[in-house]
Amino acid sequence: MVWNSVETTRREALTLASMLGFAALLAPKMSFADEPAVAAEIKKLYGDKKLESGKIKLDVPEIAENGLVVPVNVEVESPMTDADYVKAVHVFADGNPLPGIVSYKFTPACGKASASTRMRLAQTQNIVCIAEMSNGNLHMAKANVKVTIGGCGG
Amino acid sequence: MSIKPTPRVRVPAQVKPGEIFEIKTLISHEMESGQRKDSAGKTIPRKIINKFVAEFNGKTVFEADWNPAISANPYQSFFYKAAESGEFTFTWKDDDGSNYVSKNKLTVAA
Repeated sequence: MVWNSVETTRREALTLASMLGFAALLAPKMSFADEPAVAAEIKKLYGDKKLESGKIKLDVPEIAENGLVVPVNVEVESPMTDADYVKAVHVFADGNPLPGIVSYKFTPACGKASASTRMRLAQTQNIVCIAEMSNGNLHMAKANVKVTIGGCGG
Repeated sequence: MSIKPTPRVRVPAQVKPGEIFEIKTLISHEMESGQRKDSAGKTIPRKIINKFVAEFNGKTVFEADWNPAISANPYQSFFYKAAESGEFTFTWKDDDGSNYVSKNKLTVAA
């Protein structure tokens, strides 16, 4: 292709057009949540209540080779009696198309506030976990997961 | 195209009173996130299981609200403290309104 020629042939024009089209196809069109989006979700649930640290054991892999299946285990320290138990646990991610991952509701009948599932992560990001106690106290934990292959299949 | 979701649950058959044990569940489901596009560039509509509920003798003991970020063939495990014999009812609620149910008996004996 001679770029400084004045006339562009039809073939050249078509090649260029198809190249542009292909580039547009490859360009990511997805929008992702970010840290403020996660903060907004937490605010929607609990307002400006103070988030304490501790009590939560958030177990996620440091490096996830496959973002499609990332195990996530949450365990909250609590006697799980009728007077003192973990009411709810919410898990968020700040680099996925949507910030929410999972919300659990526990009851004293569980005996232990612990649950595991598997999640999709689109890219390397932070996992944020909020636990609501029966007395209204909130606890927060955060962990970073490095994702080798994103699990969004866009 | 999609196969009928089949739940699989592991509950111990017999436990001691007061014992805290883990319940593991798995259900086959594609969990279509609503974020993917087909070859024509059209968004594939979302179809996920959005809720999992565990009941024991009719009383809800554990609930999980799932978002599209939950992997296909969702796995969920949690704990339960044995008090009396009875039956678990596990329900998975699909976006399309269907419910998938699994019932499992539990015997509590010293």
